[in-house]
Amino acid sequence: MAMGVGGPGGAGRASAEDAFLLARPEVIVAEVAAARARSRRRFRIIFILTWIVLVGALVIALAQSGKVDPTFIGTWGPFILGGIPVTLFVSVTSIILAVVFALFGALGRLSRNPVIYAIATLYVSMVRGTPLIVQIFFIYLALPQFGIVLDPLPSGILALAFNYGAYLTEIFRAGVEAVPRGQREAAQALGMTEGSIMRRVILPQAIRIVTPAIGNDFISMTKDSALVSYVTIEEVFWRANNAGTQTFRNFEALLIAAVIYWVMTIVLSFGQERLERRMAESDVRI
Amino acid sequence: MTVSPDHRDPFAKPGALTPGGAQPIVRAVDVQKFYGSNHVLKGVTLEVYPRETICIIGKSGSGKSTLLRCINFLEEPTVGFIEVDGLRVDAAPLKARNRAHQEQIRQIRLQAQMVFQEFNLFPHMKVIDNLIEAPIRVKGVPKGQAITTAEKYLEKVGLSEKRDEYPGRLSGGQKQRVAIARALTMEPKVLLFDEPTSALDPTLVGEVLNVMEDLAHEGSTMIVVTHEMAFAREAADRVYFIEGGQFLEVGEPDDVLGHPKDPRTREFLARTLGEAHVPG
Repeated sequence: MAMGVGGPGGAGRASAEDAFLLARPEVIVAEVAAARARSRRRFRIIFILTWIVLVGALVIALAQSGKVDPTFIGTWGPFILGGIPVTLFVSVTSIILAVVFALFGALGRLSRNPVIYAIATLYVSMVRGTPLIVQIFFIYLALPQFGIVLDPLPSGILALAFNYGAYLTEIFRAGVEAVPRGQREAAQALGMTEGSIMRRVILPQAIRIVTPAIGNDFISMTKDSALVSYVTIEEVFWRANNAGTQTFRNFEALLIAAVIYWVMTIVLSFGQERLERRMAESDVRI
Repeated sequence: MTVSPDHRDPFAKPGALTPGGAQPIVRAVDVQKFYGSNHVLKGVTLEVYPRETICIIGKSGSGKSTLLRCINFLEEPTVGFIEVDGLRVDAAPLKARNRAHQEQIRQIRLQAQMVFQEFNLFPHMKVIDNLIEAPIRVKGVPKGQAITTAEKYLEKVGLSEKRDEYPGRLSGGQKQRVAIARALTMEPKVLLFDEPTSALDPTLVGEVLNVMEDLAHEGSTMIVVTHEMAFAREAADRVYFIEGGQFLEVGEPDDVLGHPKDPRTREFLARTLGEAHVPG
């Protein structure tokens, strides 16, 4: 404020400014930190309130419409929720298998042997070039023509793992290439063989690098696992779909399924964030 | 191109600590290296006797690191041969994937351990595990014995208390000392140092040089590529000045560093000492 401004108001402001200037730097630093914390807290509170208002409004609007049957949740809710363990089982098994596929795929993509490289590249190209749903049907419906008959559960898991394995292959390959060159050189200089360099030095570091990416793929797999309902695996979506068509209450059934997937992904993302933060804290640099 | 095996390093002579009658433990004979059409090493010959320390000095891009990396075949020389502890391996760039050739290289590496500018410790392993990994896996040393050896060398570099830390929690100087201990646990015939202090904060250089000086005085055989002229003066039996992929001047540190004959050596020293002269 200009010093020339007269009157009590001007004088008051000037003395406040003096007090501010006289404050010790530590006090200012602390006040700035407190102000930042306040504004962060305010942001969070408004964020949460906005979600509550929006979701609440949606729920009230649905209840008011009279077109939604609230008793559906009581009668069919448990049946649909019963699909959660199946969905999780399919997702977890598939991601583990996908990681195994990806490990071999990545080693193949990094191989100097042209045959091995060609096989790994063919795998990635074929899988990435065709829709997941086609792959699922292929394993379940097309292979029996050649006498290869798999039960629904192994078919679905195999298809998901095969598909995600191809995407993870490229992620793993990038992870291996992201390990600094000096690591390989140090291991070579110590006289380690190519095999142990890969197993003991490169892969452990590459896996750390790609762990967040595996987490992302796991979350998207829990959602894509809904596709295995087409081969009659009784997971969340299959159950919701059946309950809905039997009772002509598709809205309620699908809404429940959607909420289940949503909550699962929120929980998984939260877990992943914590894992990443823990890894960042114990981050070991060279 | 063939290289006569009797081609000798005219300047090499047994060092003060070398036992009488000993033959060179390292020979790099007429080593040439091309990167594409770039002639980086133009035929250098170097011999090191047991318990000697030699320093290789020169500008960046002079070929000094390339020469060192040719000795343990991290770079495959284009021409020439390397002999370490009686095992001779000829440059064979066309056989780079050949298994027998690779196995010979591995045998050379076991006897010629390298310490890198960037330390290159394994970040996912504790200090102790960095030190026992290669002895166990490569040399087949029983775990208990490997740990005893590792602890011995960790004490030698003054870092016993960091035994169970991860490298990420160490300072640059500590990392490099661990890297030296890691090379020592392989009990090699010669240690190769590739600008071991160049990546360090100036205040941390001393602790690493102290360890290296101790090693030199205790009679470790060492080939050191460095910019630290004080270290060369203090610890080296011989100094090799390299420029444009060739040795220009070789001799005792007092001669090469104190009374350089070649004007290019003089110019290099003037520049390096000028920069390196940090007060305190």
